[in-house]
Amino acid sequence: MKRTGAQIFVESLKAEGIDTIFCYPGGATLNITDALTDISQINQVVVRHEQAAVHAADGYARASGRVGVALVTSGPGATNTVTGIATAYMDSIPLVVFSCQVNTMLIGNDAFQEADIVGITRPCTKHSYLVRDVKDLARIIKEAFHIAASGRPGPVLVDIPKDVSSAVGDFKYPEKAVIRSYQPTYVGHTGQIKKAMRLIMHSKRPVLYTGGGVILSNASQELTRFAEALSIPVTNTLMGLGGIPGNHPLFLGMLGMHGTYAANMAITESDLIIAMGARFDDRATGKTDEFAPHARIIHIDIDPTSISKNIKVDIPIVGDTRNVLTQMLKIVEEEKEVYRQYHRSIADWTDKIGKWKKDYPLTYQRNDTLKPQHVIERVFELTKGKAIITTEVGQNQMWAAQFFKFLKPRTCLTSGGLGTMGYGFPAAIGAQVAFPKSLVVDIAGDGSIQMNIQELATAVQYNLPVKVIILNNGFLGMVRQWQELFYEKRYTWTRLHSPDFVKVAEAYGAVGLRIEKEADVDRVLKQAFKNGRPTFIDVHVSPEECVYPMVPAGASLKEMLLV
Amino acid sequence: MRHTISLLVENEFGVLSRIAGLFSGRGFNIESLCVAESLDPTVSTMTIVTTGNDAILEQILKQLNKLINVIKVVDFKEIDYVSREMVLVKVNAEEKTRPEILRMVEIFRGKIIDVSSRSYTIMITGDEDKLKAFISLIKPLGIKELVRTGPIAMARGERMMKIKEKTETKGGESNG
Ligand SMILES: Cc1ncc(C[n+]2csc(CCOP(=O)(O)OP(=O)(O)O)c2C)c(N)n1
Ligand SMILES: [Mg+2]
Repeated sequence: MKRTGAQIFVESLKAEGIDTIFCYPGGATLNITDALTDISQINQVVVRHEQAAVHAADGYARASGRVGVALVTSGPGATNTVTGIATAYMDSIPLVVFSCQVNTMLIGNDAFQEADIVGITRPCTKHSYLVRDVKDLARIIKEAFHIAASGRPGPVLVDIPKDVSSAVGDFKYPEKAVIRSYQPTYVGHTGQIKKAMRLIMHSKRPVLYTGGGVILSNASQELTRFAEALSIPVTNTLMGLGGIPGNHPLFLGMLGMHGTYAANMAITESDLIIAMGARFDDRATGKTDEFAPHARIIHIDIDPTSISKNIKVDIPIVGDTRNVLTQMLKIVEEEKEVYRQYHRSIADWTDKIGKWKKDYPLTYQRNDTLKPQHVIERVFELTKGKAIITTEVGQNQMWAAQFFKFLKPRTCLTSGGLGTMGYGFPAAIGAQVAFPKSLVVDIAGDGSIQMNIQELATAVQYNLPVKVIILNNGFLGMVRQWQELFYEKRYTWTRLHSPDFVKVAEAYGAVGLRIEKEADVDRVLKQAFKNGRPTFIDVHVSPEECVYPMVPAGASLKEMLLV
Repeated sequence: MRHTISLLVENEFGVLSRIAGLFSGRGFNIESLCVAESLDPTVSTMTIVTTGNDAILEQILKQLNKLINVIKVVDFKEIDYVSREMVLVKVNAEEKTRPEILRMVEIFRGKIIDVSSRSYTIMITGDEDKLKAFISLIKPLGIKELVRTGPIAMARGERMMKIKEKTETKGGESNG
């Protein structure tokens, strides 16, 4: 049957099982926009800025594990997506971003609202397509979804010229994407896995260091079982939080620049690091020369380019973390006798770690001011950890990572790799669309929230009851912290003047609440969590609080500044 | 270190810029690059010569492998290979220098492919050393213009760039 490109687009999304798109219209989208009229199968969430469309699709993807979809117009619509795409790329989030493009004949002519978005996003997409002929459209859409979700996931951009969406062609959605040059390795090499298990058996001070790959491959149960079977302590990267329950006795907390004492010391004194779905990012490793100086390293990752990139690895295993963990668990099962004794042989180590945890817990100085850390602790207690948390970037993000004990995977949505201020609020909107009944909370800063505050209108329009907790310290706090510690307190550029966030929320038709003293925290949070409406909570926290522990830039992990 | 890299890639638009981007994004210069259709018209063969830090180059090779449109990558570092390049040289050719030029062209098994009243255009193929030697000998006679193709390379013996092999190389590579 003959269909227009726009209809092919809609039918392809349906065939792909897409239930939600985050979008913003323009001249170049009109054919597609029109074809989506009354298509109730696809929930169409119109945002207020294209960056937010991509972050929302990203939040939807992280929370649900499905591919997020955004659709925008040509030129400025497309260029507005760049930060969102780069954010998803750095954190390996599966997205398909459809940008519309000027007519094929005009491409390259500086036509009105033309931007070479394929070129602009080339370094921050997993792959991209410019559709030149309507007959390729369905196949390209199929491939785009396949590439975004498989292997190491990532954003894929599909640029659709307006004459392609109006052209008429045959529609048949391919059953399978066949790409001869793309076949990710899922199953780990058995020989390597055996070698790794032997190394583990002979280690005395092992640590599991796990990242976003464990979340992306839905391997948290396997990880927890594996850690328990051998009593190996686990530390997570920021992206890996929720990979093992945050209150698990084997959990050391996050490692790295703002990691816990126990995690950073465990890495430093370890004789074997088992890295899974983590990429030895500099925020996690500190000075690489002094990272885990006594340890051999096993590295399991689906992406060969992550292996031995920053740190030389002894046993590389390319494969899906969940698959590899399952293979490792099988060996543990088959050789029960051997492995049952293992925890005894590392008892000295686990004791030592237990002592670090006890002697140096995450903490902060309490006084008569309202502490941001306390607010996060209360959010955790009041929700019993049953919430999807998104964060902005800065101190707010680090306190959320430290003081909210993420109990489940896909509940910590944060821009780890790119560190994008303005991510949290639209991501919360995306997560809320995916899970309308869940409590979704954005832990925000007074600086970051201004970067996508316009999405209040989206939240109100679609009645998405997200809660935004603004840790209002009157500063671009994280930058101020560096100025305090390393630039003799010259707070150049970092003092913030903010609007009255309560009134802003109300002006948009949302609820605005304020907390100014510790005594009000529980009452106001409870009120917010049950009001069923989009809500801003403006929390006036102590302005010059710092995030500790802190490993100064360029220092090794053991050189932590403590509270 | 100097590396000669061969690639099989999808014969499509956009592939070259992705590949070039991996080098330029890291401040690596591509010394030469040859691309043309292979026996299978849907596939192109590419030969890239570059110089740089081995660790960074290893990263580039992995990244090349990771590109969706790249089918196979071979770095001729540990593989015995042959490589040839072609150069076209336009030289001053006056009455008294012509015999000398002709003799040299003959020694280097080249060809004169264009003649004018005051110049010869010479074609020479060979490996890098041979071309260098020829160019330095002909230089004193007055080179007006010179164009080189950059080398193309192929493994010696039975080794071949086969499409099927690539899945193993892509994923299994780091499996040790
Ligand atoms: C888009 C963007 N611009 C700049 C930065 C640099 N930056 C990192 S943290 C930070 C301060 C954030 O301030 P705020 O949102 O108030 O959070 P706080 O640290 O005070 O909790 C800045 C400016 C960034 N991460 N992202
Ligand atoms: Mg702030």
